[in-house]
Amino acid sequence: MSLLVALTAYAAIAKCGGAKYMNAIYILWLRQLKRYSRSRARIIGSLGQPLLFFIAFGFGFGPIYSKAGAGNYLEFLGPGVITMAIVFTAMFAGIEVIWDRQFGFLKETLVAPVSRFNIMLGRTIGGATVAVIQGGVVFVLALIIGFRPTNLAYLPFAFIFMFLIATFYTAFGTAIASRLQDMQAFPLIMNFLVMPMVFLSSALFPLAGLPKAIEIISRANPLTYGVDGLRWALDGQSFFSPLIDFSVLSVFTLIVLAIGSYLFSKIEI
Amino acid sequence: MNDLIIIAENLTKTFGDFTAVNNISFAVKTGEIFAFLGPNGAGKTTTIKMLTTLLSPTSGFVEVDGHSSVKQQDEVRHSFGIVFQDPSLDDELTAFENMEFHGVLYSVPKDLRQKRIKEMFDLVDLWDRRDELVKNYSGGMKRRLEIARGLLHHPKILFLDEPTLGLDPQTRNHIWSYLKELNKNEKLTIFFTTHYMGEVEKTANTVAIIDQGKIIVAASPEKIIADNGVATLEEAFLKLTGNVIRDESVSGVDRLRSHRKMWRR
Repeated sequence: MSLLVALTAYAAIAKCGGAKYMNAIYILWLRQLKRYSRSRARIIGSLGQPLLFFIAFGFGFGPIYSKAGAGNYLEFLGPGVITMAIVFTAMFAGIEVIWDRQFGFLKETLVAPVSRFNIMLGRTIGGATVAVIQGGVVFVLALIIGFRPTNLAYLPFAFIFMFLIATFYTAFGTAIASRLQDMQAFPLIMNFLVMPMVFLSSALFPLAGLPKAIEIISRANPLTYGVDGLRWALDGQSFFSPLIDFSVLSVFTLIVLAIGSYLFSKIEI
Repeated sequence: MNDLIIIAENLTKTFGDFTAVNNISFAVKTGEIFAFLGPNGAGKTTTIKMLTTLLSPTSGFVEVDGHSSVKQQDEVRHSFGIVFQDPSLDDELTAFENMEFHGVLYSVPKDLRQKRIKEMFDLVDLWDRRDELVKNYSGGMKRRLEIARGLLHHPKILFLDEPTLGLDPQTRNHIWSYLKELNKNEKLTIFFTTHYMGEVEKTANTVAIIDQGKIIVAASPEKIIADNGVATLEEAFLKLTGNVIRDESVSGVDRLRSHRKMWRR
């Protein structure tokens, strides 16, 4: 909700012809949305994986989970799968810098009289918006499968966490893509960086009672705080306090935005 | 009128072991049409990239519109428009959206933007097809759209890197007469590369010929022709750069290879 307000405000300021950098950020944001809305195959295709996770994990591990006395696994898994969908969409949006480089469009933005920081910001907000929408679609999918949030009044908080996760990963993808020349390294990044972050984030299993080593890794993983915050907003259960989740994730997001915009500003074609 | 709008001094760019541009110096006067010629792989595109802030020089000094292309990139970017050698359109957007995007990035006010977009589409004869996705355009149509886009914001300097490649003579003539008019009426400085020598003879005030990263001559086309005792610029060009066919230009892929080598070290 707050996201929508922020975006409407953005759009409004931009439309009024306010500061021209707002216009630039707005048009870059709009571009991401247009590209997303035109790629229906991608939208539908990207629902396959969450669906598989809901069915295989949700229904597969559900009985064991409740036998262990931990409650309803689907309730636990819901925020985790929504997070995964956001992470992958956001990462892909960030990494799109490489496509733009290969198809040449990146040059068009890099020679424009707009600071690289604003270009990076526009792209990132656009990518993050797309990822949040994708997260929303998976949320609806979860509802259809049987997931029930405990308190609908907390949905705005869920959106804040979704947006933070989305921003973090879009900026993260952009930072990495700024240093890469082609897509060859993409599977490497997904398998050795993004997948471990997802699996060690409490998206799929609770943090409580983990072996010490895994717990330490999980605590150092920014995504842990994102999943935890989202789970708090949707399920009312969390490992850390939501305020800690929010603060840690925000700081991580700011750091990665700073690194991303630095690396983006150094791109040479 | 004799102000220099582009100044390059001792400009050098190396990629690993390969020297693409080797210690070149030249200047472009405000309001002139400057042709930058050379065989494939001579360093034309690399030079344009250094002038337009896309690449930072290994050494040397570049100034565009009174600002350093290295230290004052934002100021420099305000001053020029560019049509790249290779495509730079967003295929997933319509032609109109590509133009709109450009207009907004260059902060052309809305009313003027709508008017100019129409004008530019008319110039390249694509108005009827403005709402098609660019990925459905043919090569020539994409080229025309890029030229239209480069002119949309009426820059002080226009860089054209082989702008008319793949266009039919009708379109080439049409676009050049429009460019010459802009040059005359709005003092638009044009910096362009091409392999069509006829185009150069008809339009350029000054010609610089670059070969193997070095500038071998810079003068008016008439003077170059006269000095070499030949009848056309093409003959002068061949006399100066030799008849040997060059390696393919340093493509993106080659540059990637040399980048990768640098990373490995």
